[in-house]
Amino acid sequence: MFEGFEGGRMPAAFMSAGTSSFTEFLRAVNPELLPGRHLDAAGGGTEHLTPDATTIVAMTFPGGVLLAGDRRATQGNVIANRDMDKLYRTDEFSAVAIAGSAGIGIELARLYQVELEHYEKLEGRSLSLEGKANKLAQMVRGNLGMAMQGFVVIPLLVGFDEVTEEGRVFSYDAVGGRYEEQRYHSIGSGSVFAKGSIKKLYRDDLDETTAIKVALESLYDAADEDSATGGPDLHRGIFPLVDVITEDGHRRISVEEVARLATEVVQGRSVHPDGPTARLD
Amino acid sequence: MPFYVAPEQQMKDKADYARKGIARGRSAVVLQYEGGILLVADNMSRTLHKISELYDRIGFAAVGRYPEFENLRLMGVRFADVRGYQFDRRDVSGRQLANIYAQTLGTVFSESLKPWEVEIVVAEVGDTADDDEIYRITFDGSIVDEQGFVAVGGSSEHVSNQIKDRFDARAPLSAALNAATHALAHENGEERELEATNLEVAVLDRSRQHRKFRRIHGDRLTALIEEGKRGATTTTDASDDTNTGGNEADQD
Repeated sequence: MFEGFEGGRMPAAFMSAGTSSFTEFLRAVNPELLPGRHLDAAGGGTEHLTPDATTIVAMTFPGGVLLAGDRRATQGNVIANRDMDKLYRTDEFSAVAIAGSAGIGIELARLYQVELEHYEKLEGRSLSLEGKANKLAQMVRGNLGMAMQGFVVIPLLVGFDEVTEEGRVFSYDAVGGRYEEQRYHSIGSGSVFAKGSIKKLYRDDLDETTAIKVALESLYDAADEDSATGGPDLHRGIFPLVDVITEDGHRRISVEEVARLATEVVQGRSVHPDGPTARLD
Repeated sequence: MPFYVAPEQQMKDKADYARKGIARGRSAVVLQYEGGILLVADNMSRTLHKISELYDRIGFAAVGRYPEFENLRLMGVRFADVRGYQFDRRDVSGRQLANIYAQTLGTVFSESLKPWEVEIVVAEVGDTADDDEIYRITFDGSIVDEQGFVAVGGSSEHVSNQIKDRFDARAPLSAALNAATHALAHENGEERELEATNLEVAVLDRSRQHRKFRRIHGDRLTALIEEGKRGATTTTDASDDTNTGGNEADQD
């Protein structure tokens, strides 16, 4: 019924006080399940094996934080997937999005999800937001060998800090460097354009709906300039995904709501193709 | 020089030992209510839990020696998380967990000198009340698929009988909690008043997204207890008219 369940006993590791980290535990009992295990031996030039995921934006607003991503995955010049979900709810008060090698990134996000929940269940309390951010840094660092072979995965972590009661954004580099971002950030191939767009539209007093609108405008700009980022697809009904975290916890914005706002953005662009202009005064 | 002890006698001694150990502690109750499954334990400690979450839909309640059932809890969480990560979150079931608990306890009981003095409940909330599963696993590895409600602990039979009279799978949360606390308070034929601070309460809430397990404590628990008491007085009045066999009134 379970690997190692012999003689009517689970392996000793299951019962020991041991670690409250799921990754550590998995390394002890079932290491072949860890992401990227088998690729270590693969040698160079393997990055074409998995598609790339692209633009993610995150921004804080009073009382919360928002995470949004486009839906496209590419493999060279080919669109590998039109409706990919790159956002992961990792627990009630945090979410992660990934850019880079999709195959590795999805596994990393799943493992991180279990990691947070596992800790919470074993210890009876969840990690602090700082603790969650550091844990993710360690996991990205663990992927360094893969990154050197071309499988770079860059996550973006957003969370609502229950102590300070504000939304926070953490970005990472490929070696596991962790940086807290102020107000907004973007990762992925279209991030330069998205970030430039947010910079001109961001206000400190954005409400939730306006913040979503800003995110959709920035993703539109990214898709406009970067071939690997997908814009809103009105014909197929594929829209960017938006997650919001406030003191009430994590919430995925409904397709209808995003569709309504994204359609507004697209209609606005039919009049002004470059989008809203910032006021100079 | 070791003396020969008949296996029957050996098993009986171990069982007696385990029963005595379990009987020293307070009981716990798991029962269905209209919104899912309610877990209640008589527990003074706020941090040494008798009730916990195993997985999305699965809860755990235990009585007996804390370090022993805590080991079992860790094992269950680890098993469930590995399983869910390896396959899919839907592939973790209460039946699997109940089975590994039964096997583990059975092995410990027959192979170790000292049996574990624990009794546990694994409860899984389904999409509808008919899909709910409640398993009771005893110190010797016996497993029972319970219907509707179950009590574990030293005087579980007595507690069960108390609940049986008041149990209703479609009762609101406050009424179900009232039935559970009433049964726990009269555990050994004694009259105690159980307050929020003596109780550890959690629900597997069918309507919740993702993880169904939620603890209830503090003001919300106090409010629910009060609501349950008020509800109990009115229903007792009402049932006196319609149901002549109702003996709730005698016990209040």
